[in-house]
Amino acid sequence: MGASDLNTIGQSVRRKEDARFLTGAGQFTDDVNPPHHTHAFFLRSPHAHAKIRKIDTSKAKAAPGVVAIYTGEDLTGVNGLPCGWLITGTDGQPMKEPPHPVLAQGKVRYVGDGVALVIAETPEQAKDAAELINVDYEVLPAVVNPVDALKPGAPQIHDGAPGNKCYTWALGDKTAVDAAFAKAAHVAKLDIVNNRLIPNAIEPRAAVASYTRADDSYTLYVTSQNPHVERLLMTAFVLGLPETKVRVIAPDVGGGFGSKIYLYPEETAMVWASKRVNRPIKWTAERSESFLADAHGRDHVTHAELALDKDGKFLAMRVQTTAAMGAYLSTFASCIPTILYATLLAGQYTTPVIYCEVTAVFTNTAPVDAYRGAGRPEATYVVERLVHAAGAEMGIAQDEIRRRNFIRKFPYQTPVALLYDTGGYDACLDEAMKIADVKGFPARKADAAKRGKLRGIGYSSYIEACGIAPSNIAGALGARAGLYEAGEVRVNPTGGVTVFTGSHSHGQGHETTFSQIVASRLGLPIESVEIVHGDTGRIPFGMGTYGSRSLAVGGTAIIKALDKIVTKGKKIAAHLLEAAEADIEFKDGKFTVAGTDRSKAFGEVALAAYVPHNYPLDKLEPGLDETAFYDPTNFTFPAGTHICEVEIDPDTGALKIVNFSACDDFGNIINPMIVEGQVHGGLAQGIGQALLECCVYDKDSGQLLTGSFMDYAMPRADDLPSFKVAHKVTPCTHNPLGAKGCGEAGAIGAPAALMNAVHDALSAVGVKYMDMPASPHRVWSAIQAAKH
Amino acid sequence: MSVSLSLTVNGKAATADVDPRTLLVEFIRNNLILTGTHVGCDTGQCGACTVLIDGNAVKSCTILAAQANGSKVTTIEGLATDGVMHPMQAAFKECHGLQCGFCTPGMVLSAIDLVQRHPNADEAAIREGLEGNLCRCTGYQNIVKAVQQGAAAMRR
Repeated sequence: MGASDLNTIGQSVRRKEDARFLTGAGQFTDDVNPPHHTHAFFLRSPHAHAKIRKIDTSKAKAAPGVVAIYTGEDLTGVNGLPCGWLITGTDGQPMKEPPHPVLAQGKVRYVGDGVALVIAETPEQAKDAAELINVDYEVLPAVVNPVDALKPGAPQIHDGAPGNKCYTWALGDKTAVDAAFAKAAHVAKLDIVNNRLIPNAIEPRAAVASYTRADDSYTLYVTSQNPHVERLLMTAFVLGLPETKVRVIAPDVGGGFGSKIYLYPEETAMVWASKRVNRPIKWTAERSESFLADAHGRDHVTHAELALDKDGKFLAMRVQTTAAMGAYLSTFASCIPTILYATLLAGQYTTPVIYCEVTAVFTNTAPVDAYRGAGRPEATYVVERLVHAAGAEMGIAQDEIRRRNFIRKFPYQTPVALLYDTGGYDACLDEAMKIADVKGFPARKADAAKRGKLRGIGYSSYIEACGIAPSNIAGALGARAGLYEAGEVRVNPTGGVTVFTGSHSHGQGHETTFSQIVASRLGLPIESVEIVHGDTGRIPFGMGTYGSRSLAVGGTAIIKALDKIVTKGKKIAAHLLEAAEADIEFKDGKFTVAGTDRSKAFGEVALAAYVPHNYPLDKLEPGLDETAFYDPTNFTFPAGTHICEVEIDPDTGALKIVNFSACDDFGNIINPMIVEGQVHGGLAQGIGQALLECCVYDKDSGQLLTGSFMDYAMPRADDLPSFKVAHKVTPCTHNPLGAKGCGEAGAIGAPAALMNAVHDALSAVGVKYMDMPASPHRVWSAIQAAKH
Repeated sequence: MSVSLSLTVNGKAATADVDPRTLLVEFIRNNLILTGTHVGCDTGQCGACTVLIDGNAVKSCTILAAQANGSKVTTIEGLATDGVMHPMQAAFKECHGLQCGFCTPGMVLSAIDLVQRHPNADEAAIREGLEGNLCRCTGYQNIVKAVQQGAAAMRR
């Protein structure tokens, strides 16, 4: 193999991690079985809102196999779970942060709220014993809809949050926006419900907590996207333990999509209890528990308006959103409908002034937090539905109204705080229209009409802010953490390289992509590179994986560490080659004296670093192991256009996606195969939201009505089409990889594309508006309503 | 009370006395420590626990271990021969038909069963045939591609 063959950047290298997953050798948390472990079961509230008068555990404690039972009262010295982002309201006051107890303290606030931790020899014994716990509840009225929760007389969920309000926050120049609306030739207006979703990674959450008496330490295996953050929050804020005494390992994790970012009550209680029972404790959520107690996504109610001049130029946008937080503030709940939402309302357009006001509300439901896209799908949905409505109302073609408003000069300062570094929106729109065969649409529509079917086409030109995030900006906006990433490159004496990354892979293929980066830079086969992630005991530090940040931020940290390796390697090579350091070049795995054929292979330099017999010990430390922390200087801005074509049977409301085309700009791409896979998966979740998925709580009882895969419609293979996917590239200007991130784009762009297609199709039968999901029943009902 | 089990798993005899309520998936995971068979739900919907029983794909969370008594069970660990992956496993790797890997064992075994019954299944038939296996990562497109490629390799 020649040296140039070792540069695999841009190649669809098959994944290193696949062999273990395909042979059953993956190690997920539920596969971890420490000796003598016990099993946990969480007794959960059957009521959406109730006072706890008394809990009697005496019968349960006497049940066979029970090791211990703990309730909220037992957790003395344990604090509530923290929220990682402080939002300051328009009144200048900090958001309301009522306590989020690890186990209920005197009151339960949603169906599924944890009441007791039962630990027994077997899972069945723990579950059987839990049935013997007698909880005396005084049931209170519940409220599950965020708009209802703000009404006078609504049930009060927290004493510390009057009117159930967490905060009202705003961004933008309201006076300028109102003035622009007063001059508008046309105003498009929409009332939008962004439906609540349940993430449903196929691996349920799980944890195994162990305590070691010898050194008074804890080990936690947990389904986490960010084990260091988990450890920091759990030790410093909740349990008051030294970080040095807790090791958190997130082994193979079966999908996250945001839902495994957070510090949850279950593993926190288990770590605390593991010392009390002095045995390992294992818990794996049943799917029903995942539905009840994983953090959910979305759940916005929005009124939005777009002001345009007579030519269809956007003059201003005004958005008012009510966002559900659920019963408690989850780890990053507060920043999703604000920092990651309102800042994206410029979209790809030159809208000069924008004003957005958000009221965050407590409801008697599971907490709401980031779910794939997190705020950005909600923003894109608002913008792109408004643009569609405006185009349709003003008789301007959907591509044309977008082109009239595209940003074309970069860098571009939006009126909602973000500074776009680069982009090429026309190119993605053009390509998407080409692969969607937009030209052929009128003929296809006419043909469908002959068959009695309604055809529609919908566009979504989305933008997202990824690579989260510059710590100083995030800090100024209320983040209570830094958002850099760490990477360590350890060259071993025999020349193999172990990379320790603070990013976490739970499907994204980092072991392959990061190996490609390292191997290409050092001129090694990718088999010589080992990527280690997900273990606070091995990795310097890490903020983890979310917000499509792993390559742009985590990958850059690795690049920075590689730079240090090469710099040191040059010094070692200069000594070995008896040349000046400035004359050493590193290329294709060789350190060469410039202009000569005198060189040392990378492996020889590595060996010299560890066996420093001939080595500049007076000037240089032995070893070849470097760490870098990278804090991004700006967000990255992936963008693109998605086009969806649907055919609807007006007699039944059944909808078929006949074409879904996406052209995305993710900057430079390391592994096209993996990127395409991420796009497919994101599109499936975006289409899932628009077509199938909807979390429903009973309005009166607060019971979760969509609590299983039989009630909550997940996208299945036969619900989805084959997607047509293309890319355009404008490299990110501020990271060395030129990468922007690709994980969330599909989920961000797809819902608006699909719903715009639905509205386009249904406009023929007079339907003005319908919310997601476009299930047959809802579509049929909308058609019937339009007839009357 | 317990029941005696005697079955063949991945070509090896497996015998045990288990609680009668033990599900086949629990027996596979907890007794045999074959942790490649996963549990993703509690309603028989997700298919992560799919195994082959006498060659037919069965969701191992939906039957008792006792019901599999006397049968031949193949789990994901039993598919490769002498360290060489089954053509369907190889096709999933080649086509990037997996991401997090959690649904993958069940998906691969369902795909093998599907192809055995319908060697020439087209895309629509494959999509319908995999309706009982949920994947949250891939959007299914590369899974469909993998099944087509795996089917072609199995015909050879």
